[in-house]
Amino acid sequence: MERERPVAGGAGPRPASDRDPGLQPERTRLAWRRTTLSVTVVALLAGRQLLRNAEHGAAVAAEAVLTGLVWLGFVVLAHRRMRAMASGRPPGLPPRTALLLIGCTLALALCGAAILLQG
Amino acid sequence: MRRGGGLRAAGEAVRLWVAPARVREEGTTPDYRFSLANERTFLAWLRTGLALIGGGFAVDQFLPRLHGTLRVSFTVVLLVGGGLCALRAVNHWVRCERAMRRGEDLPVSRFPGALALAVGLFAAAVVVLVLLGRTN
Repeated sequence: MERERPVAGGAGPRPASDRDPGLQPERTRLAWRRTTLSVTVVALLAGRQLLRNAEHGAAVAAEAVLTGLVWLGFVVLAHRRMRAMASGRPPGLPPRTALLLIGCTLALALCGAAILLQG
Repeated sequence: MRRGGGLRAAGEAVRLWVAPARVREEGTTPDYRFSLANERTFLAWLRTGLALIGGGFAVDQFLPRLHGTLRVSFTVVLLVGGGLCALRAVNHWVRCERAMRRGEDLPVSRFPGALALAVGLFAAAVVVLVLLGRTN
């Protein structure tokens, strides 16, 4: 009985049996997407604050560049990990990626504190 | 006894922080789905930290009438809380990964309870300030 079940896309490059019926890689990819959206909101709030402090000139420019770089780093790391999720059995999250993400988050918090001290 | 256990745990945490890849050297690789679940938990905690940091920015920007000292202290509390949440996220992720590799029970933690309490108290403080008309 089991043998007669039609296998969708069985002749394709990725056998159907490689897909986890619980869709774990897809759920993890969406969790990464939510996280990039969160970091984007935080970066936008930081940018809004910087615009309000625009009269401070050079310091504000430096903080804006730092915030932009941190956001970019976060999104690039997340994008790489999301690409890894495309395979049926993705490898584990590299510890270095986790530490770099935490570094980006802490940098955003420090940037917020620096902006606060200026205003 | 407790203190000694705490110190040992702290030393182990520092070792993991210096060389997190060493977690991979022991035990057996768990089912990839368990690792992915652990990764999603890590991301959920990271988002919690990001939300607290965003809340810090929001307090500073959207409560301009709040007394200066209060506004600054609310913002600092939220920024520090967000940073702690992020640090705790990666620490818990590493410890869970190691426990799964060794086949041990997953680590328990007081952090979620403490965070819930802190957020509750913070919300209550903001409600009191709104009722007193200190925010407009």
